[in-house]
Amino acid sequence: MIEIRLSGSGGQGVITAGIILAEAAITEGKEAIQSQSYGPEARGGASKAEVIISEKFIYHPHIIKPDILLAMTQQAAEKYSKENKENTIVIVDEDLVPEPPKCSHLVKVPITRLAKEKLGKDLFANIVALGAIVKATKVVSFETIQKAVAHRVPPAFLEKNMEALRLGYEAIK
Amino acid sequence: MRTYEKFFRMNRLPHIWCPGCGNGIVMKAIVQAIEKAGLDQDKTVIVSGIGCSSRASGYMNFDTLHTAHGRAIPFATGIKLANPELNVIVITGDGDATAIGGNHFIHGARRNIDLTVVLFNNNIYGMTGGQASPLTPHGKKATTAPYGTVDRAFDPCQLAQAAGATFVARSTTFHVPQTVDAIVQGIGNKGFSLIETITQCPIAYGRKNKLGDAANMLKWMSEHAAPLAAYNKLSDEQKAEKFPIGVLYKGAAPEYSAEYAKLIKQAMEGKK
Amino acid sequence: MKARLMQGNEACAEGALAAGVRFFGGYPITPSTEIAEQMAKELPKVGGTFIQMEDEIGGMAVILGASLGGKKVLTATSGPGFSLKQELIGYAAIAEIPAVIVNVQRVGPSTGQPTSPSQGDIMQIRWGTHGDHPMIALAPWTVREAFDVAVMAVNYAERFRTPVIIAMDEVVGHMREKVVLPEANEIEIYPRRKPTATRAEGYQPFTPAEDLVPNVANFGDGYHIHVTGLIHDETGFPSGNAQLTKECTDRWHQKIARVQDEITHYDEFFMDDAEFVVLAYGGTARSAYAGVEAAREKGIKVGMLRLMTIWPFADKIVKKAAAKAKAILVPEMNYGQLVHEVERAAAGQTQVISLPKYNTEIFEPSEICEAIETMAKEASK
Repeated sequence: MIEIRLSGSGGQGVITAGIILAEAAITEGKEAIQSQSYGPEARGGASKAEVIISEKFIYHPHIIKPDILLAMTQQAAEKYSKENKENTIVIVDEDLVPEPPKCSHLVKVPITRLAKEKLGKDLFANIVALGAIVKATKVVSFETIQKAVAHRVPPAFLEKNMEALRLGYEAIK
Repeated sequence: MRTYEKFFRMNRLPHIWCPGCGNGIVMKAIVQAIEKAGLDQDKTVIVSGIGCSSRASGYMNFDTLHTAHGRAIPFATGIKLANPELNVIVITGDGDATAIGGNHFIHGARRNIDLTVVLFNNNIYGMTGGQASPLTPHGKKATTAPYGTVDRAFDPCQLAQAAGATFVARSTTFHVPQTVDAIVQGIGNKGFSLIETITQCPIAYGRKNKLGDAANMLKWMSEHAAPLAAYNKLSDEQKAEKFPIGVLYKGAAPEYSAEYAKLIKQAMEGKK
Repeated sequence: MKARLMQGNEACAEGALAAGVRFFGGYPITPSTEIAEQMAKELPKVGGTFIQMEDEIGGMAVILGASLGGKKVLTATSGPGFSLKQELIGYAAIAEIPAVIVNVQRVGPSTGQPTSPSQGDIMQIRWGTHGDHPMIALAPWTVREAFDVAVMAVNYAERFRTPVIIAMDEVVGHMREKVVLPEANEIEIYPRRKPTATRAEGYQPFTPAEDLVPNVANFGDGYHIHVTGLIHDETGFPSGNAQLTKECTDRWHQKIARVQDEITHYDEFFMDDAEFVVLAYGGTARSAYAGVEAAREKGIKVGMLRLMTIWPFADKIVKKAAAKAKAILVPEMNYGQLVHEVERAAAGQTQVISLPKYNTEIFEPSEICEAIETMAKEASK
């Protein structure tokens, strides 16, 4: 079982990223659960999506201690890192999380900057992050996540999303 | 047999209304209008709320629905949308339509859904023994307004028109043929129609306000109602003493159930 | 069908559509809104109607009107809206109008914590409207079951001509998980019954059939029926008769009581050797299951009862479990509600322990496991 927590602020698309990741796991025949919590704000405010992937049916639907934490804002990094375990892999947007939480496996990626500079819009940041998560965890194959992203995004934005995914994937060595 | 009698459930009569009450006059005007409009008895539904007037549904020989207080219009909306071929007539009172059901009243008008709403306005809550309603005129007495009501009254016709109704008329129990005609026109309007009918409540309202018996109250109606054209020619001073009757407003707007039927057609053909 | 990721609320809407719901009226409210959104999108495609009403009461009234007009109907809401709908839920009970109401429970009272899960409406679901009436309420614990429960709720509403409540909670309503939905031909649908006689042959709309449920005609079918929220006899017309009032009340209760065993749905896990029992429902049952597994790994002989049917309450099942168990633990996302029913049904045969949680968070399996350990330790003293 692998527990992945994606966090940021409302509007950054972490919930969509979580859904895509869970859908990808299902196409590989795995069990997956996605849940979320959010404040009253439609935009801004701390927002989190959780994805649990397992070979067996998942009863308890929430994460207890994440294996992976993605933090796209400083506020989210602080709020959602409290339940980290010793070896939680923490992936942060290095520009938006200037003071990352203390942890043994920190991965800094300029997620939003990559989206803005290479694709012209920060709205691809969540897909960049997804690429990074897949590379860091190998929870699904790159082909699977490509298919899952393609399934969710409008055809007109397919190419840019594929590029976003690749940028995130390749940002992690 | 009088031809309209088939529209009554004769075994449910006599009605429970007080001697002198005007509700029976309005109820009869509705069935005469249904007959005149040529509606199919099997395809006509009468929906009422709660209150004196809302008891009328039980006496009328159609599919009839006596709903909860204030909710006749949303129930009727469901019936019309479930089966748009039905003619749906709503019977409601002043408390039912403009107090507890006020929100449904304005939104029914806003949607311009094809309902014919006959509002029996007796200016009082009769069934519970004479409490003030939003249509009790300012200063008039009621058991809950023993010193005269401080509240201002709604004009339900203006309210309906402002909210989007496409047919608005007012009549009284003194003006029976005009009432029948207004309801016929309301039925003919494919949209939300309001016919406010002023009706006398000599027991709860009249007595409290020393308006005399039913005959006196009817006389008051005949003296104070003015057909719209005549009313419009009056000075402001004269208008204060009168109220307009007749068809007050006619408008044209898309009707909700027809619009939704179009949407269904599009969706079923796979269009977005 | 193919496996797919689906949200509980979405599955509930899909289930209702599959069961033949063709009318939805409602008002937006977190965390149930996805059901309305799904119905708004899907209903017109199958010739059905969606209407967003001006308020929660209107949402309830419009579906009752549509049901009388011949459609299978659904509305969805959450705590505050569910409170507002109560008078008309009673109307549906007395006038015997089939209707399904989804309550995706959130923390209350009042506006409470709108996006947080709760099971605090369990008693309101049973007793929210005034007066005596039976109630059927079903609580799904998986996304797939949200679909199944919706189908079942629509069928029960039609078959017993009664309001049926889907007692969802935010956990199941908002989570997405893998589901494989049944094919259309695998779904059993209960069709609306029609009058079996004409008026001339003596048809009365509220004459009960053998199963104590009347075959009420739809509006527009030519029967000229009268429907009222007053106590009424078989003709549909009101009567102040004392004997009739009693008989009506008896019949509404009996039409459900006589099928209680059939409509009591539950799961038993590890009950064969169970010395202790955890009784749970809805989203809480998922955490409870994980907690029970953990406790069994520690060697505690604990079993689990998972109730899908919340109302009518599973008296027989609980009584049977209570006869064998040293104690029953009842975790709930509320201050302790259904536990009182468990106590009543256990009737002093065993100790019933409440494990309430009402801080917006769902149970962690470890909390349940610890409570099981404490329960086992106390019993061995």
